[in-house]
Amino acid sequence: MKTSSDPIVQFVDVQKAYDSNAMVVKSLNLDVANREFLTLLGPSGSGKTTTLMMLAGFEDPTSGEIRLRGRSINGIPPYKRGVGMVFQNYSLFPHMTVAENLAFPLQARRMNKAEQATRIRKALDMVKLSGFAERRPSQLSGGQQQRVALARALVFEPELVLMDEPLGALDKQLRDHMQIEIKHLHERLGVTVVYVTHDQSEALVMSDRIAIFNEGRIQQVAPPAEIYQNPQTDFVAQFIGENNRVEGKVTSVEGEICQLALKGGTVVRATTPKSVETGDSRVLSVRPEMIVVGPDAGDLPNCYESKVQEIIYLGDHVRVLLAFDGIETLSIKLTHRRAANIAVGSSVQFGWKAEDCRAL
Amino acid sequence: MTSTPLERGATVAVAALGLMIMLFLIIPMLVAIPLSFNAEPYFTYPMPGYSLRWYAEIFGDDSKGVAWRSAFVNSLFIGVCASVVATTLGTLASFGLSRDGVPFRGLINGILLAPMIIPVVVFATGSVYFFARLNLVGTYTGLIIAHALLGVPYVVITVTAALTGFDNTLYRAGLSLGATPVSVFRKVVLPLIAPGVASGAVFAFVISWDEIIVTLFLAYPEQHTVPRRMWAGVNEQLSPVVIAASTMLFVITLGLLFVAEYLRRRNDKLMSST
Repeated sequence: MKTSSDPIVQFVDVQKAYDSNAMVVKSLNLDVANREFLTLLGPSGSGKTTTLMMLAGFEDPTSGEIRLRGRSINGIPPYKRGVGMVFQNYSLFPHMTVAENLAFPLQARRMNKAEQATRIRKALDMVKLSGFAERRPSQLSGGQQQRVALARALVFEPELVLMDEPLGALDKQLRDHMQIEIKHLHERLGVTVVYVTHDQSEALVMSDRIAIFNEGRIQQVAPPAEIYQNPQTDFVAQFIGENNRVEGKVTSVEGEICQLALKGGTVVRATTPKSVETGDSRVLSVRPEMIVVGPDAGDLPNCYESKVQEIIYLGDHVRVLLAFDGIETLSIKLTHRRAANIAVGSSVQFGWKAEDCRAL
Repeated sequence: MTSTPLERGATVAVAALGLMIMLFLIIPMLVAIPLSFNAEPYFTYPMPGYSLRWYAEIFGDDSKGVAWRSAFVNSLFIGVCASVVATTLGTLASFGLSRDGVPFRGLINGILLAPMIIPVVVFATGSVYFFARLNLVGTYTGLIIAHALLGVPYVVITVTAALTGFDNTLYRAGLSLGATPVSVFRKVVLPLIAPGVASGAVFAFVISWDEIIVTLFLAYPEQHTVPRRMWAGVNEQLSPVVIAASTMLFVITLGLLFVAEYLRRRNDKLMSST
């Protein structure tokens, strides 16, 4: 019995090595839920693209099994998987018109001409390119080409669509716009999307869940807010958003809260997602926007006073750099109003809650 | 930007040298062609008068004319067949070799290019002995196979060059859309590498079109091509008919090269800005 809550894709102990000593993907276990927008995020060489290529069928896993709708697809060639794919450089067929590009997957499925025409019209409407059927890809802008590529991957109504950094070649403004457009398409069509990117803000904006890859392993799989607020590993904390990173040793533990002593002797209270014991070395991470500056900081469990080293103006906000623990520098993000009374060289009070500071 | 007299002199010298090399290449043809219009059966300038008599001999109704025309038909038939065979085999081989993870790629490529490198006499001698066992000496089939093998390296070279400009993700895109590898090859790869395939086909045809050594070894009079007929003409009695025939070969070859170049440019225009 298959229900809609069963995962559409399962990676079971999947490994991939291109040669005997370099493992690109190490023991991957990942379920993709039906109709979800899952992003594989990580630096280049982290294994995210290889994972996508294995799912598309262009690479074979060295060991382990990939299941689509519960059935193993190991060894099934890409053209029999029925999975849509959008490539980084559009990969439209340059010798065909837009309509011919969209007809390609329909012809491969031996669909009759009338049905093809209806599907192509619907798909072009969907990506707002109705008048462009007879154009060639070279007569379209980058954004329009990417929309055609989207339409082509969706026109045969696959349940699963893979996207390999599809917005990487577009400029920032168009990219922001297309992110929202793809997100809306996903919501409207109810397809499952597995999306690869190295752009964290893209992942945060679009995804239902994000799987963070590093060195061939998944570090954490969680919804964007949880990834941002509750990073489980030091790598995730560093990779997503900004973080102040300070090393320390655990001096006491009470449930989820532990106390650490930093190198310069400063004592910090922090939460921890992992089990810790007294004496463990941990890395503290505090987001710049979670640090409170001014008299309000006096009530916080972590409260310090220090000299302002530098103030950097960044348009919509101000960055304040403070000396901390004698040897460290903390970066703090403040609104203009909060930064109004701060001057370089002056001493300020600052602090943060234990739950805004994580020992990883 | 001003240039010193030395630099200007160097530019002029390079241009002069280039011009001389071009003249060196082209003069033998330019000298020979007018002789085919000579009114007298001599190969010397100045020509006493102009005439189309040597062309008339090729198109004439006597036995000589019939033999010449049959040679043209043979050349055309063998050339087209050899070109089709060589283009098909060479294109498939190049595409296969362009795939990821082909073992012994360099070795296979070397073997494919061998007919271009080994002396044609050696190739021809080997062909005679081998084809004799298969009863292919003195047959159109034998000649076509031999000429096709000589053409394969040229197809491999031009198609391989075309494939280096081919974006392999287009192939993957085709597969991801549900088309079989054969279908993707036919509908996506082939149209995009068509200029390379076409120039390979032209080269393969031209190789057969003026091939003489293998033809000398393998062809019976029934299969005699234009170069073979010219060879016979030169040995029997040298007359400007041979030059008239070679002028016709030259004009046809030139025309084909123009066609190939035209196709390539038209395709470039179609593909531009992608």
